[in-house]
Amino acid sequence: MMVADFPLWPEQASTFAKDVDALYIFLIILTGTVSVGIFLTIFGLAIKYRRRPDNELAQDYEPPKILEVTWIVVPTIIFMGLFVWGSWLYFHLARVPDDALDIYATGKQWMWKFQHPTGQREINTLHVPVNRPIKITMASEDVIHSLFFPYFRTKMDVLPNRYRSMWFQATKTGRFHIFCAEYCGTLHSGMIGWVEVMEPTEYQKWLAGGSEGSMASQGEQLFQKYACNTCHTNDATGRGPVLAGLYGKDVTLSNDTTVKADDNYIRESILNPQAKVVKGFNPIMPTFQGQVSEDDMMKLLAYVKSIGQNTAPATTPAPAGAKGTNP
Amino acid sequence: MTTATLHDVRLSGAASDRNYFNDEYGALSWFLTKDHKRIAILYLISVSVLFVIGGFFAMMMRIELLTPEGDLLTSDTYNKFFTMHGVVMIFFFLIPVIPAVLGNFLLPLQIGAKDLAFPKINLLSWYLYMLAAGIGLIVIVTGGVDTGWTFYTPFSTQYSNTHVFGTTFAGFIAGFSSILTGLNFIVTIHRMRAPGLTWYRLPLFVWALYATSIVMLLATPVLAITLVMLMIERTVGVGFFDPALGGDPVLYQHMFWFYSHPAVYIMILPAMGVASDVVAAFTRKKIFGYRFVAFSSLAIAFLGFLVWAHHLFVAGISVYSAMIFAFLTFFVAVPSAIKVFNWTATLYKASVSWQTPMLYIMGFIGLFTIGGVTGLFLASLGLDIHVTDTYFVVAHFHYVMVGGTVMAYLAGIHYWWPKITGRMYPEWWARLAALLVFVGFNLTFFPQFILGYVGMPRRYHAYAPEFQVLNVLSTAGASVLAVGYMLPIFYLIWSIWNGRPAGKNPWGAVGLEWTTSSPPPKENFHETPVVTWEAYDYPGMMKAMGETQHV
Ligand code: HEC
Ligand SMILES: [Cu+2]
Ligand SMILES: [Cu+2]
Repeated sequence: MMVADFPLWPEQASTFAKDVDALYIFLIILTGTVSVGIFLTIFGLAIKYRRRPDNELAQDYEPPKILEVTWIVVPTIIFMGLFVWGSWLYFHLARVPDDALDIYATGKQWMWKFQHPTGQREINTLHVPVNRPIKITMASEDVIHSLFFPYFRTKMDVLPNRYRSMWFQATKTGRFHIFCAEYCGTLHSGMIGWVEVMEPTEYQKWLAGGSEGSMASQGEQLFQKYACNTCHTNDATGRGPVLAGLYGKDVTLSNDTTVKADDNYIRESILNPQAKVVKGFNPIMPTFQGQVSEDDMMKLLAYVKSIGQNTAPATTPAPAGAKGTNP
Repeated sequence: MTTATLHDVRLSGAASDRNYFNDEYGALSWFLTKDHKRIAILYLISVSVLFVIGGFFAMMMRIELLTPEGDLLTSDTYNKFFTMHGVVMIFFFLIPVIPAVLGNFLLPLQIGAKDLAFPKINLLSWYLYMLAAGIGLIVIVTGGVDTGWTFYTPFSTQYSNTHVFGTTFAGFIAGFSSILTGLNFIVTIHRMRAPGLTWYRLPLFVWALYATSIVMLLATPVLAITLVMLMIERTVGVGFFDPALGGDPVLYQHMFWFYSHPAVYIMILPAMGVASDVVAAFTRKKIFGYRFVAFSSLAIAFLGFLVWAHHLFVAGISVYSAMIFAFLTFFVAVPSAIKVFNWTATLYKASVSWQTPMLYIMGFIGLFTIGGVTGLFLASLGLDIHVTDTYFVVAHFHYVMVGGTVMAYLAGIHYWWPKITGRMYPEWWARLAALLVFVGFNLTFFPQFILGYVGMPRRYHAYAPEFQVLNVLSTAGASVLAVGYMLPIFYLIWSIWNGRPAGKNPWGAVGLEWTTSSPPPKENFHETPVVTWEAYDYPGMMKAMGETQHV
């Protein structure tokens, strides 16, 4: 019990945790040895050569200059090793596995809102299945926050002007901290929550309880509510481009450059349509800045994404096994 | 021949009766002084007051953090306290402390000059500093500011309803004080060295001040621009950083750290200079690898400009730019490592005195080493993701800036105190204070490394209950540290009237400042010194002492 009350080491609850801890332990041993070595040398020399009546003045002796070269070259080599190791981990974290389960998060002063692909929403709690990569796509509704999972050893700042995504794969079931790590105002330290890591079957059961329809289908409704469908029709007759099949493709713009239609491109197209105008179309799309909330934006994105996968149906495929239990 | 010579160490005890202190009387003779020594005293008093204010905020935070719940202060008050602790300590204490107090006092003395190149500008720097500090104090008493000392947008421009404008304006003005000091030092070092004092004969403190001044001159204007942009966005609503106005908040972070990372070196480089001078004096040896140590200061100043985005590894930069900045960050660690190894090697076959300044410097080397190596943890990209924005970072930069800069400052103020005041401080009390500072510091900040790794984010008013034990340890350490910091204030003041007269050169140290009387006369030297010896020429002094014994 005492140990649980006074942890000196954070629990390892993700695939990433072991790797980060390995580098951490290596660094502790390496820098600990060097530092203690330096302290002992200083102490030892300061005692051995302390000022005494017969040692009033230092001896006229200089250590060999080769030392200088040694302690420039050796640390440099070690540092390069650390650089490679650290970068390797960073890359690992930046590359989201393809089969990851998509979850959307929005940060706002001072709460975390999560939404599952099948539509479930929760605040300050996030249910995820164990042993499956989870990708969190996130944005902030106001200031910068940072979504921090200490027991998964990962965090990422959540920005108000663009989507970012992070991922993790939990390795054990249980309840783990969520913290906001970027100072965001009065209740920054209250912007906390829990991840509930569950067995996949439990997760499916949890998903089954109460859903307002998948995010993509909610997005489809919004698509009508905001009258996007007046211009974006399903065939080439509309005043705006067809959005089906768009997501993930390259788009040619009016200035003949191409951009990839990713999360941030879709977002920008809706909030600031004049920034990148699609070739062959007039810049008549109105801006939705200030009208579409961050939540709705996520849903619209989920919708555009869902029709981008060439599978036409306006629902994101639910995780395996979910179909039967979903309304 | 009455030319001041290096080698008449210890021979003279009597302070000459006229010195910069009693040369003129009256408040105006201080407030309108152009004497670098008096300006240094003005700075000494002002930064000390600001240090106590910044320390008060720290102490209140540590008391609040004794319990997991936020019970002593409200969240808003707590947020203001850590913000004002940071602003006061960084802009009004750590940045000016060594250059403006010790640098101002000693630079002309160490190079055999009568004053700095531009004495009036030097006084202007102090007034700018005071103006900025005054605005800062008005902000504090009229409600404070809660953005964190980093003023991240869009929180600072759109969401905070505290005195962001006043605070950034104060920072803006303090910046000019720094720029002018840097300019003054650079010109002084180039133009005012005594005959015979070549670059390689300069004390390493002067080299360090030179490198610092370059950084002050080149980096601070970027801070000024950034703060002006922030003020414009906040007041007029022109969008630079706010996405709602078409700006980019990450741009702010780039601009802010483009100054604020080099600012870390504005704080630590002078400390390294003090360390070199003190190590030489208390080992009676030339610093091993003098030229490496001198050029490592310049290398740090240069490389320090190329690493700012290491503060943004999780904030939204591409994987490749993160890698470039991580790579360069490891490089900037090399010159610092060189210095630590060279100081250590200097002790070999030396005559090491365990007097107070040396105790502080041994503490400095130890704490700076820990601060430095934990920087390697943060530079290791994949690991930084976990530890950034946690207490690990808090511990890391306190080891560098408090364990480093403040320890070195205390070493320096004790080392040069006899020169500044003509009196010795009480050695026993001073050693006690050094010990308390060292023990208190480690007890305060070491637990924070662990706290950070187990996941406690920084700037948290309330925290998860399992973090309590480490927080209580930290607060206990802070109480010891506070006593350690208060002690010198009392016994140093006491010694001005009651200390034993110090004489010209109480330490038997080599350096031009030790060839003139203590306290020095207004014009520093009665005759322009001519330098014929190398820096830290203890063997030369030894010979000379041998000769005097023959006489
Ligand atoms: C008045 C007609 C109109 C309305 C209403 C409209 N759009 Fe558009 N939209 C356009 C036009 C025209 C373009 C192409 C020119 C451009 O890029 O601005 C476009 C481009 C886009 C694109 C980029 C398409 C591509 O092929 O790259 C997206 C995504 C988009 N709109 C989404 C939406 C959403 C979501 C809504 C509703 C919230 C909406 N639009 C409402 C006219 C409209
Ligand atoms: Cu926060
Ligand atoms: Cu930095």
